[in-house]
Amino acid sequence: MINSLLWTPLAFGLLGLFLPRRLAGWWATLGAAVTLGIAISLLAGFDSGASGLQDTVDVNWIPGLGVDYSLGLDGLNVFLVMLTAVLWLGATAFAAFREQERPHLFFLMMLLAETATLGAFVAQDLLLFVLFFDLMLVPFYFLFGAWGTDREYGPTASAATLKMIIYTLVGSLLMLVGAIATAIIAADGGQITFSIAELANHPVGTGSQRWIFWFFAAAFLVKMPAFLLHGWMPDAYRAAPLPVLAVFSGVLAKVGAYGFLRVVLPLFPAATVQFQEVVLVIALASILYGSVMAFTQTNVRLVGGYSSVAQLGFITAGIFALRADGSDGAILQMVNHGLVVAPLFIIVAILAERSGTEDLREMGGMALRAPVLAALFLIVALATLAMPGSANFIGEFYILNGLFQAKIVFAFVAITGIAMSAYYALRLYQRTMHNRKPEGIASREIGWRDGVVLAPLVACILGLALYPQLILHRTDRSVSETIASASRPSAEPPKSHLRGSTASALDCGRLAPCRVTWEAPPGFDPRKAVARQ
Amino acid sequence: MNFVAPHLDYAGISPIIALTAGIVVVLLSAVFRPVQRTGPGLALVTLAATAGLLIWQWHDPTDLVAGALRIDDLAVAISLIAVTTAAFAVLLSLREEAAEQAGLGEYHALMLGSVLGMVLLSEAQNLVTFFIAIETLSIPLYILCGSNLLREHSLESGLKYLIVGSIGSATLLYGMSFIYGGSGSTDFAGIASGIAEEGVLGDPLILVGIGLTAVGLAFKTSIAPFHQWTPDVYQGAPTPITSFMAVATKAAAFAVFVRFFEVALLPQADEWRPALAVLAAITIVVGNIGALGQDSLKRMLGYSGVAQAGYILGGIVALNAAGTSALVFYLAGYAFMNMAAFAVVVARERETPYGDDIRAVRSLGLERPLLAWPLTISMLALAGLPATVGFIGKLYLIEALVEGDYTWLAVFIAVGTMISLAYYLRVVAAMWMGPRGEAAQPGPPAIAGADPEADPVDPEAGRRLYLAGPALLAAAATVFFGIVPQPLVKFAEAAGAAIGSLH
Repeated sequence: MINSLLWTPLAFGLLGLFLPRRLAGWWATLGAAVTLGIAISLLAGFDSGASGLQDTVDVNWIPGLGVDYSLGLDGLNVFLVMLTAVLWLGATAFAAFREQERPHLFFLMMLLAETATLGAFVAQDLLLFVLFFDLMLVPFYFLFGAWGTDREYGPTASAATLKMIIYTLVGSLLMLVGAIATAIIAADGGQITFSIAELANHPVGTGSQRWIFWFFAAAFLVKMPAFLLHGWMPDAYRAAPLPVLAVFSGVLAKVGAYGFLRVVLPLFPAATVQFQEVVLVIALASILYGSVMAFTQTNVRLVGGYSSVAQLGFITAGIFALRADGSDGAILQMVNHGLVVAPLFIIVAILAERSGTEDLREMGGMALRAPVLAALFLIVALATLAMPGSANFIGEFYILNGLFQAKIVFAFVAITGIAMSAYYALRLYQRTMHNRKPEGIASREIGWRDGVVLAPLVACILGLALYPQLILHRTDRSVSETIASASRPSAEPPKSHLRGSTASALDCGRLAPCRVTWEAPPGFDPRKAVARQ
Repeated sequence: MNFVAPHLDYAGISPIIALTAGIVVVLLSAVFRPVQRTGPGLALVTLAATAGLLIWQWHDPTDLVAGALRIDDLAVAISLIAVTTAAFAVLLSLREEAAEQAGLGEYHALMLGSVLGMVLLSEAQNLVTFFIAIETLSIPLYILCGSNLLREHSLESGLKYLIVGSIGSATLLYGMSFIYGGSGSTDFAGIASGIAEEGVLGDPLILVGIGLTAVGLAFKTSIAPFHQWTPDVYQGAPTPITSFMAVATKAAAFAVFVRFFEVALLPQADEWRPALAVLAAITIVVGNIGALGQDSLKRMLGYSGVAQAGYILGGIVALNAAGTSALVFYLAGYAFMNMAAFAVVVARERETPYGDDIRAVRSLGLERPLLAWPLTISMLALAGLPATVGFIGKLYLIEALVEGDYTWLAVFIAVGTMISLAYYLRVVAAMWMGPRGEAAQPGPPAIAGADPEADPVDPEAGRRLYLAGPALLAAAATVFFGIVPQPLVKFAEAAGAAIGSLH
């Protein structure tokens, strides 16, 4: 099942090469839809009470090098897989409605990108994760470079893309070295394994953790991008084709945050605790810098791009609160942000078609004859600023709750980010939809084509706003297990048999479900225990 | 005292016999008019027969000619890489000007002669066979580099290679004499026991010998700072010969590098490991930085070859069985990646007036997708992106290096790879992301490409099966072994296990 989830997009992409040009887009959309169907059935079969991985596949891939082809779902990735499938379907359909140059190649790359991204989310082998993490770049390199727009000023599309690739690969190649070092140090002369679960059980020494931590952190922070490592972002965002940018911003940035949860926290607990404040400072800087830039930019794409920097800062802060509620919120917020930013870029594409510009100063008044578009945009904007009632509000609340209890000073700074998000989200909405309508800008209602793409995405936002427990309920258990190793001061393997929200068992927030479960120690026989009494 | 002729294991030396017979037949074929044009075909038959005989010897290590040679899995693996590359170069040489200039018989006989040197070199067990083999390998190549008599660059390339190569050989020979003087043996195993037993460990005589042989080998494998000839020679030589040199020479020289350092000089490992590690790091940096901004594809591939030699040297620095296997794996993968790239370069040289300039591949994605894909895959693989054999090769090398406690060199490989993206992706961008519409059609060159004498000789070269076929095949292998690497890993593991002294 999980295999078909992973390879369906690529299979569709390759078969699409043999179809006529005009069918390529629809075939790809069908592929994305089938993938979404598989993802939904996986989610339906997901057991929120079970511990550990579900739907696993584990095959020796390169026995000589200790690499396994091992996939699995748990609370950390199941909703990110859903998010990927949903956004890809939306973006592929949006692109299929429009004429593309060289459509075969475009949609092959789109679907290859989906496979690679899903692979990064479901990989349970450290090296397989690194492989998919790097592989994601290849299709996006082509998509940005070959279908991107050369701007009048600034680098050409291919130069901007090259910059992005080099930036991101700087991190991920170091991550490759780090991954290999982790496995070899942990194996200690024995059989090398890259299984994340195995490695988490045998954490490497604190000294090694320190440098390996930064190799991984570099890869993930560049991907997000975090403050100071975001240099590739403005140029790449300006160049990218918008449907591609929707999935790029909506999903790829999350792979970085997810990497912290999947790899860094369980594998390098001691270093995580040690560098907690450093990462928090980076996260806060991202929030402040991203927000400030978002409300000074005039290019609509960059408003979206910098707001992502700020939002990803929030998510990182939530993870590095090193508390279950912070990370619960972070996962919820990853999904929320993906669901918000992808429609945002699709709306940007729609607005750009009507106004012929992507400059905020030249836009305005587009709500005049387009109430439905305005309503959809308003919902997206309000969700972006985390209006109470939206799932984003719950997500940020969880994150701040975790942060308050972990590091109160950081929480106070982070709160200002929320205030600023209100400013840039509303500014974006107002400047484009309201104000006086300049000459030459058409206010047109969205057609059924764009509506078909946009409305379901907005419906997802509303659905999550009504029922965020859908996610929280399923992630909580995995999050607690992940956090457990890092929230202990030392890197000792777990001795306690109390599992569940151990980190916040005593003081979990009002919203966080407290659950303490007791697991029998190995070899425990209840009859003997009763007899002893 | 009477001389006893050494026992000859004819099965073991059968690949060498086949090659030698092939050389004679190919050379004679040029003399008789009716069979004058059968040189390439006969060369291919010879190479196929040699490959078959080599595979027959797989997993059957034997000492040959009184221990002067030894055919083991490492030798077979490296020889197979050399033979495959040579067969490929023969295909690329079809209708190549250089082959016509030199005479089909002579050209192919020389190439087979060089292959013979490589096979011998990969089997060499003592200093004498080592030196004879390396000369057998080099001398035909000096001639082949200069075989295009009508092009000044080709002659320059041949002369340059001759001079630099001779200096390398002389240095090597000088170093060997020191080592013989210090250890009292020419035999690799004998040198090791000589060094260990006679208490000359750390003796300046031995150290000077190691230094000089390392320099000699560094010339042959184009390791910085002894690499300066590489870009010039690669650019000037006829492209099929460049493709052959880039992979096969490197493979054979690294095979003897492994044997000499990991067997003969094993007792001195603590001295040479840090030195070679530094050389590898310098090579990675120099090669990658040199390749930046090169407009000539052959020159770029030359510098990239320097960088790759630095990565491969890491396999020796690691000094473990995994390192040797990684080296063989990387060389095999490198053969596929390079073949794909060079086949496309040859095709475009014949199709366009740009020679091997990067403009020759502009908008190739639209014009000739079947050529663009192999070159794209090759560039991505050389850059070490996943789903290609290049990624697995780097993974293998890094794993061996970390295991051998040289993590810092692994970091250098990672850093070098980052730099390399800038020039590999430049080629990909030229193919797929060139200016669209009108501008995509390149006009006549103001000054013809990198090579003023380059003329389009065959506007349909990209469709010829003998060029597109090998390119697609090599690209397919690059991807296949990136996704299913286990067969190649097993091949490399067997080869790595041939050096019994390591674990």
